[in-house]
Amino acid sequence: MSDTNERISNIVESNDVVLFMKGTPLFPQCGFSSRAVQILDHCGVAYESVDVLQDMDIRQGIKSFSDWPTIPQLYVKGEFVGGSDIMMEMYQAGELQQLLDEKDVAKAE
Amino acid sequence: MPMPAAEIEALIKAALPDATVEIEALVDDGDHYLARVTSAAFAGKNRVQQHKLVYEALGGRMGGELHALQLQTSVPN
Repeated sequence: MSDTNERISNIVESNDVVLFMKGTPLFPQCGFSSRAVQILDHCGVAYESVDVLQDMDIRQGIKSFSDWPTIPQLYVKGEFVGGSDIMMEMYQAGELQQLLDEKDVAKAE
Repeated sequence: MPMPAAEIEALIKAALPDATVEIEALVDDGDHYLARVTSAAFAGKNRVQQHKLVYEALGGRMGGELHALQLQTSVPN
């Protein structure tokens, strides 16, 4: 396992909900990342975010980590959930809220 | 790099011959598309696996040449 893979693995394992995105929740640098942030905010959960624009290794590494070619990427309790399209579909179907409930993740303060 | 909608559709259909593919240009710039793909190949697969099948069909262009492709997948009724 490469160092980058191990770093990503640590981030994913040590945060219940983590979003790899371009920019920050306050200043997203891409429309898809912005949409992902809005969905998580609507779900009212606490989450960690990683700005891939600040780290080229993670920006590339996250794509092979889950064999998923795009950013943002959402992970819940160590599992890859999807990108912004899947987040939106799940949110609209009520499935994302259900997943977050079932995984018993902390609410946003 | 822009990519014509017809090319996206052809790539998806080459990999998933039964697929119905609808492509909508979200912005008229040859770059921002929404693709709705319906195929029996998605049956029994979760959303991540369904999207990965389409990404594979696009042969590594997703995230590179094709940066702004929104995707919706479904199984035929």
